[in-house]
Amino acid sequence: MRQIAFYGKGGIGKSTTSQNTLAALSENNRIMIVGCDPKADSTRLMLHCKAQTTILHLAAERGSVEDIELDEVMVKGFNGVLCVESGGPEPGVGCAGRGIITAINFLEENGAYENLDFVSYDVLGDVVCGGFAMPIREGKAQEIYIVTSGEMMAMYAANNIARGILKYAHSGGVRLGGLICNSRNVEREVELIEELARRLGTQMIHFIPRHKQVQEAEIRRMTVIEYSPDHPQADEYRALARKIENNTNLVIPTPISMDELEQLLIDFGLLGGEEEYQKAIATLPTAAV
Amino acid sequence: MTTTDDKKQLIQEVLDAYPEKAAKKRQKHLNVYEEGQSDCGVKSNIKSIPGVMTTRGCAYAGSKGVVWGPIKDMVHISHGPVGCGYYSWSGRRNYYIGTTGIDSFGTMDFTSDFQERDIVFGGDKKLLKLIKEIEELFPLNGGVTIQSECPIGLIGDDIEAVAKKASKEIGKTVVPVRCEGFRGVSQSLGHHIANDTIRDWVLTPGEKNPVEFESTPYDVAIIGDYNIGGDAWSSRILLEEMGLRVVAQWSGDGTLQEMKCTNKVKLNLVHCYRSMNYISRHMEEKYGVPWMEYNFFGPTQIAQSLREIASHFDDKIKEGAERVIAKYQPQADAVIAKYRPLLENKTVMIMVGGLRPRHVVPAFRDLGMKIVGTGYEFAHNDDYKRTTHYIEDSTLIYDDVTAYEFEKFISALQPDLVASGVKEKYVFQKMALPFRQMHSWDYSGPYHGYDGFAIFARDMDLALNSPTWGLIKAPWRK
Repeated sequence: MRQIAFYGKGGIGKSTTSQNTLAALSENNRIMIVGCDPKADSTRLMLHCKAQTTILHLAAERGSVEDIELDEVMVKGFNGVLCVESGGPEPGVGCAGRGIITAINFLEENGAYENLDFVSYDVLGDVVCGGFAMPIREGKAQEIYIVTSGEMMAMYAANNIARGILKYAHSGGVRLGGLICNSRNVEREVELIEELARRLGTQMIHFIPRHKQVQEAEIRRMTVIEYSPDHPQADEYRALARKIENNTNLVIPTPISMDELEQLLIDFGLLGGEEEYQKAIATLPTAAV
Repeated sequence: MTTTDDKKQLIQEVLDAYPEKAAKKRQKHLNVYEEGQSDCGVKSNIKSIPGVMTTRGCAYAGSKGVVWGPIKDMVHISHGPVGCGYYSWSGRRNYYIGTTGIDSFGTMDFTSDFQERDIVFGGDKKLLKLIKEIEELFPLNGGVTIQSECPIGLIGDDIEAVAKKASKEIGKTVVPVRCEGFRGVSQSLGHHIANDTIRDWVLTPGEKNPVEFESTPYDVAIIGDYNIGGDAWSSRILLEEMGLRVVAQWSGDGTLQEMKCTNKVKLNLVHCYRSMNYISRHMEEKYGVPWMEYNFFGPTQIAQSLREIASHFDDKIKEGAERVIAKYQPQADAVIAKYRPLLENKTVMIMVGGLRPRHVVPAFRDLGMKIVGTGYEFAHNDDYKRTTHYIEDSTLIYDDVTAYEFEKFISALQPDLVASGVKEKYVFQKMALPFRQMHSWDYSGPYHGYDGFAIFARDMDLALNSPTWGLIKAPWRK
């Protein structure tokens, strides 16, 4: 069994990409998806509805996680893919990070990981605290795929996630499997992400072109694989699935500094003169990890 | 081992056992007092170094355990997992008068007993429910305080909003205290935080809804007396006998109503400066209530303090002070006559918390005993300045002393008595050294006031001259 995880900046299309890829992967593999996002929308396209009963909400209702059974929270979706959502608090209260730790411990203790070829974790946004790093700690996800695009903030997040992986690489054995470029039609996007991948010591494992078919399927709460299995976009996800299946290029990433990242963008003409540069700097959030 | 140089040499030897970095840090906290200096020559209120054992508590201990806990008519909720509440339950012997479970709650423990789901989903709803349950079960409670344990600060619960909502619903004061244990370097920050919440949630709202209060020219409040073993009671009677009206006790055997009246008194009398100087300064600045420190340990200081207190009032009170001193001095003289011959020239080393490392020195001295070393758990520089008024030249000073250092110092100086806390007690008793627990008076007390001095003297004699010590033989020493 291989444990993989998808990370990436919020809104980059992480859940869409991961579900489409896993749907493709499920054509010849047994798969479980563990949604690690309080919004619980990591399995929506597999189940054709938003969020099943989540582990944490049921646990809160009953009293504690000891009071729930695995089959109450694990649902079979498209192609028999097992779907679990950790769930978590509403925005602004409690501790979502602790929730993920609780949920993953529950899955492990209850033997959710038996008879599978792949377990995939879908984690929200950035690795902001220890809880969100849970899937990359010891004994959990061994391969991380970072979904990114040629936009500056997506690359910034990708670099930050690489730092998170590096932190746990030596204790837990987690490795970076590659960058997935989910195209935003940025100029010279392929070269840019390939260069970022090179700097991070990894590969751009696949370039997914932008296509409205993805949205069409998503409106129907389906993956492209299910909605239009013969569409060329479905083959893009199949290609990515094959690459992940055969991927042996697993590395300890070499995150780069803020200066290097900015220089990369200047080199690729994304940041122009000093004026634009200062403007871009002003909008940067402070590093979270 | 009596001279300053000897003791400085000892400090050096003790420091030699540390790694270089630790030695450099600890060196600033150890010194020997030299006559004429304005402070004790030590740094204080700094984070303890990792790897050593110290006796410090946390901010929660400072607020729940010290400042707020003794307010008897309020329910103090230990907000978070059960351990903090359980292990701080009734630990400090803050005596009170009242019917427990009806109108007083001092020896009861209330906790929100956080579970995993409260961490993940937040505990605000549970807290509100808990406060309403308290109101139902204990309708005579005077109000509620929320004492935050560590997780509350980590998950960012909005306890202030809950306090406001709950206060409206139950029609009583509800005070949210952000005294999460990880804040600050010791319990000292917890005292400060608790003082600030009294300012913001008791005194300031009280300006809009003032309590009915008939003033007299002789109103005072006792500030920073936690009534351990009845300390505040044996102090209060002296003040009342000299003609003063004690309006409030902060916070031993105190009530919320008393607190609300305190900004109307003529003078605040501060015993534990460390834990309550903040609110005293505030009442001076905002309400013009002056404050003074006093010391009710031992007849010499008691008489001096009574006269100083009286100097803020008219002749009636001044005469009252003289009358009280005249009445009790013979009692004190009798105590000294009985115990001084038994204790004369005995040496003591002290290590406790807020005020006692200096305040109890004169009581020992009244019995002919000599302090050879003293130090605080969580003092600030102003405490060490005040200490100089009490100690003699070449007294060893140790701030936030580590278990190792204290053991070494005591082995070298061989005092006749060690006066410290429960964590030290058995270490030194096993070294066959007489010991008194000076946080809770070793289940005895009171030690404040003239009555307290008699008990203090008896207890020191019991500790020092007990025949027990002569009967102890190590089995391997035949």
